[in-house]
Amino acid sequence: MNTTTENNSALFEYLLRLGDTSLILGHRLAEWCGHAPILEEDIALTNISLDHIGQARLLLDYAGKIEGKGRSEDALAYHRDARQFRNLLMAEQPNGDFGNTMVRQFLISVYNFHLYSALSKSADAELAAIAAKSVKEVAYHVRHSSDWLIRLGDGTAESHERVQQSINDLWIYVDDFFNGDEVDAMLVSQNIAPELNAIRPLWNETVQLTMVKAGLQIPQVNSAMRTGSRKGNHTEYLGYILAEMQFLPRAYPDAEWL
Amino acid sequence: MTDTTDISHIRNLLTQVQDPEVPVLTIADLGILRDVEFVDGVYEIKITPTFTGCPAMKAIEENISEVLVENGIQNYKVRMVMSPAWTTDWISELGREKLRKYGIAPPSQSTEEHLKAILTGKNKAVACPFCGSVNTRLTSAFGSTACKALHYCDHCRQPFEEFKCH
Ligand SMILES: [Zn+2]
Repeated sequence: MNTTTENNSALFEYLLRLGDTSLILGHRLAEWCGHAPILEEDIALTNISLDHIGQARLLLDYAGKIEGKGRSEDALAYHRDARQFRNLLMAEQPNGDFGNTMVRQFLISVYNFHLYSALSKSADAELAAIAAKSVKEVAYHVRHSSDWLIRLGDGTAESHERVQQSINDLWIYVDDFFNGDEVDAMLVSQNIAPELNAIRPLWNETVQLTMVKAGLQIPQVNSAMRTGSRKGNHTEYLGYILAEMQFLPRAYPDAEWL
Repeated sequence: MTDTTDISHIRNLLTQVQDPEVPVLTIADLGILRDVEFVDGVYEIKITPTFTGCPAMKAIEENISEVLVENGIQNYKVRMVMSPAWTTDWISELGREKLRKYGIAPPSQSTEEHLKAILTGKNKAVACPFCGSVNTRLTSAFGSTACKALHYCDHCRQPFEEFKCH
C-alpha cells in the first residue's frame, strides 16, 4: 500500500467518525419531532437535528470522494451495517426524557465545538471549510443545551435530581470521545486533525463552567467507561436506529427524493 | 465567444436571484454568489452554501438556472464550493439595511465575537429592527428557518426575528 492510499484511508475513517456521529445524533433528535414538551422546543430540536443531518451530508459526501469507490453520502448512510458505523457511543443512546436529551446534546456539542474549532484550521482545506461552517451551528447547540442544563439543574428538586441522574448515566460514554487511535495519530502528524489530549482540557473547562452555574456535579471517574466507537463496537441501541433509518432505501433501493 | 462583458452581464442577471426564504435579499446581498468564470466553453457559476442543512440551496440553484435559461444562456453549470466557508460577515451593508426594513434584525455580531460569546456565556443584546432599542431578549435561538432566531423587544413590545450570526 502506498502512502497516498494509507493517508486516504485514514482520512476516510476519520470523516466517517465525524459524519456518523452527526447522522446518528441527528436521527435521534428527529425522533422528538411532534413530541417535544412545548412547540418552541419541538422547533429547536428539529432545527438542531437538521444542522446535524446537513453536517453529516457534507462529511459523508466528502468521505465518499476520498474513498474513491463511487459511494455517495446516501450509500454510506443507508448501506452500511452497525459494525461499519463509527459514531460516538453517546450519540446512539436513547433520548430518554427531555432533560436526558439535553444532557447528551450538551456533552457532545461542547466536544464538537472544540473539535470543529480546531479542525477549522486543518491542513485539509475541504475538512477545514466543513468544520468552519459547522462550528457556528454547533455554537448555537452549545448555548441552547447549556441554557437548559442551567434551567433544569437550578430548577425544582425533581428537575435537578433527574438531570443529575442523566449526567451520571451518560458519563460512562465520555472517555469514548477522547480515545484516539492510529487513525488520529496519523492525521495529527499531518496537521489534518487535532490532538484529542489537547481537546479534553478545553472540553472539561466548558462543561465545568455550565455545571457550576447549574449546581450540578461531575460524576466520580467510573472504572466502567465504555469505549470502542472507533472500531465499530457499539451499544445495543445502534442496530435499532439503523433498522428504522435504513428500511426504506434497502427495501426500495432505487427510491429517490424528488 | 466570451469576454469580460459576458461575465459581468451574467453577474448582473444573477444579482436578481432572490433568497427563497428571505425574499428581500438577493444572492449577491448574502454573499452566496462566489464567482462567475468561463471555462472550456461553459460559464461556471460558483455558489457557496449558507447553513449546512439549508433546504433553500436547492431552490437557489433552480432559480439561477431559470434566470440564465430565460436570458438565453444554455452553456452553464452551477458549482457548489465549500472553501472558504460562508459567514454572515459577508452580508453586504445594503443587505443589512434591507433586512432591518423587512423587520429582521441583521446579525448582531461578527462570527468571531459570536464564537467567543459561547465560551463566556455572555451574549450581546440584539437591537430591535422596529425601534432600535437594545432592551430586547432572546425567546428562542431556533425559528421558522435555520437562519433565524426569535427575540422580543421590551421597549416597543413586539416580537422580531434575527438573522443569526453564522
Ligand atoms: Zn422595539
